[in-house]
Amino acid sequence: MASLVGSRVERKEDKRFLTGKGRYTADINLANQTYAIFVRSPHARASIKKLNIDKALKSSGVVSILTGKEIADDKIGGLIAGWAIRSEDGTEMKCPGNPPLAKDNVNFVGDPVAVVIAESLAEAKEAAEKVEVDYKVLKAVTSTADAMNGDTIHEGIDKNLCFDWLLGDRQKVKEAFDKADKVISIDIINNRLIPNAMEPRACVADYNAASEEITLYTTSQNPHLSRLIMSAFGNVAPEHKLRVVAPDVGGGFGSKINVYNEDIVCSWAAKKINRAIKWVAERSESFLTDIHGRDHVTHAELAVTKDGKFLGFKNETIANLGAYARVFGTVTPTYLFGPCATGVYEIPAAYTNVKAVYTNTAPVDAYRGAGRPEATYTIERLVEKASMELGIDKTELRIKNFPTAFPFKQTLVHTVDSGDYVAGMEKAKQMADYKGFEARRKESEAKGKLRGIGVTSYFEACGIAPSAAVMSLGCGVGLWESAEVRFNPTGQVTVYTGSHSHGQSHQTTFAQIAADELGVPIENIDIVHGDTDKGTFGMGTYGSRSLAVGGIAIVNACKKIVEKGKRVTAKMLEANPEDVEFKDGEFIVSKSNKKKTIGEVAFACYLPGVRDEMKSPLPEGDEPGLKETSFYDPSNFSFPAGTHIAEVEIDPETGHVKLEKYTACDDFGRIINPMVVEGQVHGGLAQGIGQALYENAEYDETGQLMTGSYMDYTMPRADNFPEFNIGYTCTHATTNPLGVKGCGEAGAIAAPPTVMNAVIDALGGQEVTMPATAEKVWKACKNLKKSNAKAA
Amino acid sequence: MKDFNYHSAKDSKEASKLASSSSAFLAGGMTTIPSMKLGLATYKDLIDIKNIKKLSGIKVSGKSVTIGAATKHVEVSNSKDVKKAIPSLSSLAEGIGDPQVRNRGTIGGSIANNDPSADYPSACIALNATIHTNERKIEAAKFFKGMFETALKKGELIEAIEFQIPEKSSYQKHPNPASRYAIVGVYVAKHKADVNVAVTGAKSCVYNDKEMSKALSGNFSSSSIDGIDLDSSEMNTDMHASAEFRASLVVTQAKKAVDAC
Ligand SMILES: Cc1cc2nc3c(=O)[nH]c(=O)nc-3n(C[C@H](O)[C@H](O)[C@H](O)COP(=O)(O)OP(=O)(O)OC[C@H]3O[C@@H](n4cnc5c(N)ncnc54)[C@H](O)[C@@H]3O)c2cc1C
Repeated sequence: MASLVGSRVERKEDKRFLTGKGRYTADINLANQTYAIFVRSPHARASIKKLNIDKALKSSGVVSILTGKEIADDKIGGLIAGWAIRSEDGTEMKCPGNPPLAKDNVNFVGDPVAVVIAESLAEAKEAAEKVEVDYKVLKAVTSTADAMNGDTIHEGIDKNLCFDWLLGDRQKVKEAFDKADKVISIDIINNRLIPNAMEPRACVADYNAASEEITLYTTSQNPHLSRLIMSAFGNVAPEHKLRVVAPDVGGGFGSKINVYNEDIVCSWAAKKINRAIKWVAERSESFLTDIHGRDHVTHAELAVTKDGKFLGFKNETIANLGAYARVFGTVTPTYLFGPCATGVYEIPAAYTNVKAVYTNTAPVDAYRGAGRPEATYTIERLVEKASMELGIDKTELRIKNFPTAFPFKQTLVHTVDSGDYVAGMEKAKQMADYKGFEARRKESEAKGKLRGIGVTSYFEACGIAPSAAVMSLGCGVGLWESAEVRFNPTGQVTVYTGSHSHGQSHQTTFAQIAADELGVPIENIDIVHGDTDKGTFGMGTYGSRSLAVGGIAIVNACKKIVEKGKRVTAKMLEANPEDVEFKDGEFIVSKSNKKKTIGEVAFACYLPGVRDEMKSPLPEGDEPGLKETSFYDPSNFSFPAGTHIAEVEIDPETGHVKLEKYTACDDFGRIINPMVVEGQVHGGLAQGIGQALYENAEYDETGQLMTGSYMDYTMPRADNFPEFNIGYTCTHATTNPLGVKGCGEAGAIAAPPTVMNAVIDALGGQEVTMPATAEKVWKACKNLKKSNAKAA
Repeated sequence: MKDFNYHSAKDSKEASKLASSSSAFLAGGMTTIPSMKLGLATYKDLIDIKNIKKLSGIKVSGKSVTIGAATKHVEVSNSKDVKKAIPSLSSLAEGIGDPQVRNRGTIGGSIANNDPSADYPSACIALNATIHTNERKIEAAKFFKGMFETALKKGELIEAIEFQIPEKSSYQKHPNPASRYAIVGVYVAKHKADVNVAVTGAKSCVYNDKEMSKALSGNFSSSSIDGIDLDSSEMNTDMHASAEFRASLVVTQAKKAVDAC
């Protein structure tokens, strides 16, 4: 039987999605359901003087209106930060309370203060307009760079500072800088982004008064984790009385990791009114209240010798948390950022210092890449600048500082098990025709255009787990993953996974893996996920962990099935279990022609008896049935890496940047389904290029979101991109049995510095901030013209 | 969205009779519906004019192209007749918004709305258009009054827009990267007697740039407007472009348009 792993198996989920048969949360309608509308703060910072619902209550169709008071009275818990970070001085981070409905203060535009529940959506909207809230408007803090000098947003949190964190050794870095021939320094801004999943958030909450169970259908990347948080911290219901279902979910990119206010409020309220409640975000609510991403202000320095050896690295960053610290809010700018900021290089001394600040803006949390795009942007912009200042070719300078042997003990935290960065660089250069660039630049010049080339070499730590490691760094839960593999008596297989697919194609790739492990046709394998009532507890999908952690749990559970199968076969065929081999779905007694198919073995496990015979096919000690579970906790993160090369052409008269060529050469370890990986890479690149050239979430000084719709927030479109040139090198991960590394975030991590390095190269080294909009680039072109004129 | 009454008019007369101070005509709905959904506009009555046959269609004569007010952008961009007579007009229509918008939005709705960054108003000015309403004919130069303001009276319905076929023309838009409306759009049309340089997006309302028109009427070459330093004091500034950048774009796009003619 040919192996399915590695082949372009068509997606099992596409039939459903392409024929309109997907079932998203908004598609779910329950009998007698009501509709919720949230009353939200129009101010970025205010105290609530009075909230009057009398008029609204009289509005037609209103079932109930609940406010921060009721939720506090019922002792429903607030939203939490899932990762405890300690400051350099040893103090614990400072987090404000974040009640699901604000009672006394609101801290960003969109912060909910009340929920209106009515018989119809129109009636709920109508009534919500009649809720009167008397606010005392306070001066908002919105700037990341100045947040520490602003008014104190949360009582008791001085300078709006959540923590002042250090990773690395300042003294060693000082010594390294003292020895340097040259110090390259850079000031950069990592622009704030809005995730913009295609499906806006939604939830439908139901209460069964007889069983006292709450069922919450919600747009989540990790239903089990949501249930745990809502139960343990939200006090909504004990875990066994709360079922969380995340059906088809239309994209997350990190924005659907968090438990949100609406999930808690609707679940709690459904029990209170004893009816189902439906809430679906409008796009403008998504803009305002989905977690945002990035938003760093960084000063970084690289100490180098004159022949280009890196000696030391400093990174001073202010990270904006927004109004509250949420689930991955505090780990994203620390452990997901700091360790990767030294990039793919051997740098003997380094530190990263992060001051995380609160502002009156939407909470900032993990968004595709989470911390690693910011890290990669920092080091790769710095290295590119070093290559300009040292006059060393950008690819040579990188190669000079690559590690030569693996495992590679990276400066700050990670030990990278495998990779071949030089091979990746060489292949990328070939794919991109790096040598031919100068000729292309001249051609552009002849047309009056400026052409630039940019390079990025990156690595990232993904497959987020090992539990011992993450918990030692402050994570509130272990980050293993579970799988359960169940055979039916007639031989088909159901695989339950604790991870969740919202575009990652689990139904296909996980079935490929199980099909290979078990020798069962892929049509006979179903992948089930997304329901806390089905399968075991799981941690969900983020940090490119589904395959590298969840996939391995499936492999391990399958291996247990095979082990049992061998024992059963041996009993059935009167052989020694050690003499039974398993191949392509058959258990074969070696050096004989005796064998059983896995289907026959499954059947025997479920019907372990024979008429008129007191004989069971099950060996002593083995129970009937064929079902195995695995909780897999890997020994390390996995470390994809690669080199990307971009070429842009700029029209100096309009400032328009045209991305002419984009080459991505990645090492994702073993590839399960190349088509799915291409999809992941394309999507990541679109988001990364979006960050570099188009996307920007902008607040004004009063805290109003200026880019609150697609009229002003530039989502990239297909015609913004060239044909992507994608290739791979492959070194298998040594830390998991499949040798896989994870591919979900690479594009979003590598593309921003790659594109910006190209833009800045075209602009003769002038810095521009992301996104490189036409006007910024036009201004830089004018400066360039002036300085060229002066030089001439 | 607040409740409203929906009417489908069978002819211009009925449509105009149904109109009041709290009504809107419903053509493509691409402006009206989103503004109602966002609560920026409320109407008691929406008067659908798409079923009025007379309002749709394209007619070409020797001198002009006449487009019915309820003709959709996609129909203009796909029309072989328009492509032949005034290719720049068909490509302007092709560059409006996205396919969904082009499949519903209409030329009449666009010019009645007179968004300062809409594309069609520049075509009207550049191509010396005449706006035919159910009451009168209005010259384009007198039709666009100011930001979202036109010469239309209450209940007055645009029936068709008649464009003069130029010798040469080109529309060059620098789109807002998010919405793809014009940050600046310049429509250059060379007629027998003179040259129009209609500019949209730059100021509160579309206008004909006299300085460039004059220069190009004398010598129809991009070199004759190269280096013109336009006064930016009346130009728009927003998060996507400053007045200074817009002023520069107007000249750049005008040069591109001349070169493309
Ligand atoms: C996402 C998006 C992107 C867009 N991008 C662009 C763009 O790039 N460039 C651009 O130019 N436009 C753009 N538009 C606008 C669009 O092209 C429409 O032209 C515009 O919305 C109005 O046309 P409509 O037919 O939809 O009018 P409607 O919304 O139906 O009506 C708009 C107004 O015009 C009035 N009206 C309609 N027809 C008549 C008539 N015959 N006589 C008198 N009054 C009338 C109505 O009373 C109403 O007040 C965009 C719109 C959207 C939603």
